[in-house]
Amino acid sequence: MKRREFIKLSSLLSAGAVASPGFLLGGCAAKPLPGTGKVTTTPTICDMCFWKCAGTVYKEDDELWKITGNVDDLHCGGRLCTRGTGGPGAYLDPDRLKTPLMRKTIDGRQLFVEVSWDEALDFVAGKMKSIAEKHGPEKLLMLNHGAGSSHFRHLLRAYGSDSHAEPAFAQCRGPRDVGFNLTVGESASSPERTDMAHARCIVLIGSHIGENLHNGQVQTLTEALNSGATLITVDPRFSVPAGKSKHWLPIRPGTDLALLLSWMHVLIEEDLYDRDYVERYTFGLEQLREHVRSYTPEWVYLETGIKPGVIRETAREMAKAAPATVVHPGRHATWYGDDTQRSRAVAMLNVLLGSWNRKGGFYKPEKVKLPDYPLPEYPKPKLRTRDAYPGKWPFAPQGVTNGVIEASVGEDAFFKGWLVYGTNLPQTIPNITNTLEAAANSLELVVVVETMPSEMTGYADVILPECTYLERYDELRNSGERHPSLALRMPAFEPKYDSKPGWWIAKQLGHRLGLHKYFPWEDFSEKLDWQLRQVGSSLEEMQKIGVKNFPRKTPMYFHEGEPVRFRTPSRKIELYSQQLADKGFDPMPVYTPPEPVPRGFYRLNYGRMPAHTFGKTTNNPLLYQLAPENQIWVNPLVASEWQLENGDYVRLGSPNGVVSNRVRVRVTERIGPDSVFMAHGFGHRSKRLRLTAGVGADDSSLMHNIKVDPIMGGTGMRANFVTFVKEGEAGAAS
Amino acid sequence: MTRYAMVIDTKTCIGCGDCVVACKTENKVPDGLNRDWIVELTRGTYPRLETEFRSERCNHCSNPTCVTLCPTGASHLWNQTNIVLVDADKCTGCKACIAACPYDARLVMHPDGYVDKCTFCHHRVEQGLDPACVSSCPTRCMHFGSLDDPGSSVSELLQTRKYKVLNPETGNEPNVYYLT
Amino acid sequence: MKEELLVTARSNELIDPGLHIWTWEVAMYLFLGGLTAGIMIFAAYVTLARKDDEAPFAATQLALLAPIALSLGMTTLFLDLEHKLFVFRFYTAFEPTSPMSWGAWILLLIYPVTTLQILATLRRGFPVVVPYVDRWSIPRAVIDWCENHRRQIALVAVPSGIALGIYTGILLSAFSARPFWNSGVLGPLFLISGLSTAAALVALVSREKREKEMFTRLDLVLISAELALVGLFLISLATGTAKHIEALQSITGGPYTMVFWVLFVGIGLLVPLLLEMLEMRGVGKSLALLAPVLVLIGGYALRQVMIDVGQDSTWTRYPSQYSAEMLERMEPN
Repeated sequence: MKRREFIKLSSLLSAGAVASPGFLLGGCAAKPLPGTGKVTTTPTICDMCFWKCAGTVYKEDDELWKITGNVDDLHCGGRLCTRGTGGPGAYLDPDRLKTPLMRKTIDGRQLFVEVSWDEALDFVAGKMKSIAEKHGPEKLLMLNHGAGSSHFRHLLRAYGSDSHAEPAFAQCRGPRDVGFNLTVGESASSPERTDMAHARCIVLIGSHIGENLHNGQVQTLTEALNSGATLITVDPRFSVPAGKSKHWLPIRPGTDLALLLSWMHVLIEEDLYDRDYVERYTFGLEQLREHVRSYTPEWVYLETGIKPGVIRETAREMAKAAPATVVHPGRHATWYGDDTQRSRAVAMLNVLLGSWNRKGGFYKPEKVKLPDYPLPEYPKPKLRTRDAYPGKWPFAPQGVTNGVIEASVGEDAFFKGWLVYGTNLPQTIPNITNTLEAAANSLELVVVVETMPSEMTGYADVILPECTYLERYDELRNSGERHPSLALRMPAFEPKYDSKPGWWIAKQLGHRLGLHKYFPWEDFSEKLDWQLRQVGSSLEEMQKIGVKNFPRKTPMYFHEGEPVRFRTPSRKIELYSQQLADKGFDPMPVYTPPEPVPRGFYRLNYGRMPAHTFGKTTNNPLLYQLAPENQIWVNPLVASEWQLENGDYVRLGSPNGVVSNRVRVRVTERIGPDSVFMAHGFGHRSKRLRLTAGVGADDSSLMHNIKVDPIMGGTGMRANFVTFVKEGEAGAAS
Repeated sequence: MTRYAMVIDTKTCIGCGDCVVACKTENKVPDGLNRDWIVELTRGTYPRLETEFRSERCNHCSNPTCVTLCPTGASHLWNQTNIVLVDADKCTGCKACIAACPYDARLVMHPDGYVDKCTFCHHRVEQGLDPACVSSCPTRCMHFGSLDDPGSSVSELLQTRKYKVLNPETGNEPNVYYLT
Repeated sequence: MKEELLVTARSNELIDPGLHIWTWEVAMYLFLGGLTAGIMIFAAYVTLARKDDEAPFAATQLALLAPIALSLGMTTLFLDLEHKLFVFRFYTAFEPTSPMSWGAWILLLIYPVTTLQILATLRRGFPVVVPYVDRWSIPRAVIDWCENHRRQIALVAVPSGIALGIYTGILLSAFSARPFWNSGVLGPLFLISGLSTAAALVALVSREKREKEMFTRLDLVLISAELALVGLFLISLATGTAKHIEALQSITGGPYTMVFWVLFVGIGLLVPLLLEMLEMRGVGKSLALLAPVLVLIGGYALRQVMIDVGQDSTWTRYPSQYSAEMLERMEPN
């Protein structure tokens, strides 16, 4: 028998009768008029995605009424996005994890059994002690996503482990940040430091602002459109921003780097680049000139399908608006395995336009200098995360999820235990199910801290139910923005059911591990109050205002002719990268043509739906009602070939035989005949997610052809192909 | 009589549905029901295409056939404006107003059975606030105000931009305008 | 290609995926309302035309069926209301622009008028009740009064019946939002259909041969008139706006073609017309009962078809990118 069976959480011992998910909002009628009762407000930081907008929670007669944006907040400009507005659904979701659960074997069957917090915490602390004694604390790995991670990172570092990885790096923006770091010595940040509000030309390459609702990005892009900026969108699909663009370049998938190099070719050949900026700040122009010489628009046309005239015209438009031109760095950048190089090309293009740290291009974000709460130093770990995969991915500045997961498989695996916080690995890491099962079978401890019964919880020994963001304190938000600012998340409600705040769980574990000195607070708010008082505020003040803006202390942009020392080995912007060359990589990005599509297959193009943050929100009753399922977009020519009609349900098959859940067909011209498109985050298997279980298809599990970026370990996911497996008939979800 | 209008810029609307969720929470609209919704229109053949997103709701028509056909006076105009409301205590649930609306913008509240609809958030308008949908929109593509005030943003937009309304042939004179 | 669809899920009851607010209850009400109108008019007609001998059933007993039919109709109408406890609200307002409000008040008028009609011939039509009603002075006096004013009552009943019959059609034609209903012919069409069904009812129920023949003859004229009005109705749609023409398509090749042409026009109008013509010439007497039954079925079919097709005709029709079943998971059990 397997040490850990994947438990779909449908076999809870004490499951009993389950209430209907209906009538969450109490079936409230429009009478009496909203807002006529006793209305109270508390500040929050939205946790519906990673953007962390500050908002205000409204309660009417002690019932949750609504959540709106904080007008003082630069992240959101006073307006939350669809998901943020749908935040009440996270709190009200009847499928939430309600009580600690432990895997137990009863009559030969593995089941999750409701246990007390004491039992669950004692078990976890006991296992953590045993791992530290037997193998060393570094062998306990944290996999995480989200704002509440900090409590558990703190716990693990106090315990002696700095081992951690998050999908936000190797499955998302890692290549972009590494590419920019290698080039300009800084990352594109989060929120992205694009100065789109002042831009006169914006270039999106495979970025779907508007389909992703990165709030500040959506708002500043709209500002730019309203003030007449030129939008150029490169996307094989007629995305939402493509529909708002002056130039839509329906590029052949996988050839973006050729286009970027050709644009650089035009800028250099036609002498359109920012000569002063490039001479003052960069290293390697001559090498670059030589390198891009062969990427003529005429040659690149054959690769990309973008006409030479269009390549030249768009390059000239970018140059005309420069430096107020943003070639957007994008966010999810793990596409084809050469993603660091492509991101470098994006950075280099911005540099040629002189837009890095110039008005209308990129700004320099500034944070508040917020002192840390005085705590003892962490013990120094003897092993780092990267020791789990020695010699691999030399430019990864943080843990690589796919690397650490592989290093958790087998009796002699590097890692012996996992603490998983807020990340649903089965839907996050492509093609991971088998590896995940193998890892779960050899690890000595898998503990999952979650609010929802995600698929990941099915692999756990212990599930610790965290309360939602509306019921807890977390760290102050202090992310770099146009102006420094702090924002507070505080509980609007007592934790529902038997869920607990992350800080409390971490502290309880800390105490059981004898790490009291790292958790000196009775309540986490004491730590926040201390920090706030160091910068002239207080918890009391922040509880009233939610967001406090501070004046900038440094300029937002480079001033004319300012001498700058960049954080690169040469102290210059590196168009030519010696450090890449030293490690055996191309010093300048080289285009490789994409793999051809096998006969009868289509490129699997995946993306976002504005209503959802991946699979994290699909069970949120408010957002489920808005967008309950994903569709597979099919070009009419393909549809007629396969005799597919709008509303049909099909399954998708990968070349290696994986077949997806059924998904609804949308026949649309918005996708070309060589690809299909679907939103990520559907096809949940966990039956305890009663709304979304079994609805739609999951793209991650269809991925079979993962292109790992040798520079930083990112998993390129755009080289995957699918075909149709027809369903007998259309009808209700299975 | 004050004539309130909503002006929605299809050039910047991204169809994100924030307006739909904001309405649901603000007005406590029961599960499964909606007072507003998003329509996406795509024309052309790949790769020569155009799209339009429209946030739709009750048009608060100047000639509201739902009001004229209501047998009990439950459907009425609010406070000498064009804002069409339903008085639940006068509504018999005969559904004449639902049949009378060319935009299918009315709904029956479950489990009670009276007819409900978008109110232009008159409870907010009364306080000088925009409707919840307008004030939540992250692209700020939605505008609300009085057409009687030539300085209002809605009046100015209609003077300077091209616009359309839905199915003008109905003669209902709708007051939700779409900038094109 | 033009693709226009809902991209946020919507499942408003009775609206999505298409309007389906009214079903058999309202069709039955409209049918029974029309029948009541016809009953009143024919009961009055035989009085005014002094055809008591020729049509004894219509003259003395028919009127009793009017309040019965109407009450059944109002019961089904009540069943259709979604907010039933508030039904009294029909009578706390009069809305002059709403045919339904007119209808509500007309219905109130119908009851006293038909009651007077019944009382005027009660002694002759239902002799068994005479000993009971004559035992007291007040009912005796009232009935005496009614008998003495039988013609005046009939003169009031005719316009009341016409108002009731026409209103059931105008009720629908007032909905400019439903192109299929949006025709001025609907009022007269429903009135004529109501008369036709009432005539068929008499032909069916009466035991007097002459009366049966008289009403069969009348029905022949009425069915012919109804066919002419149906023609006018179709022409008015065909010459309307694009939306009217689109609405017409649902019965000219669209989903309601069979129901409209076969059930309503064929079985409800043409077949009984033929049967009645044959009957007049003395052929097919054995089928004598069939024709009026078909007319009654046709009368109901007209209302049902109108209700169904009219709701399906619309200015706004968006398919959804989501399956309708998805939101059922939200519904309370």
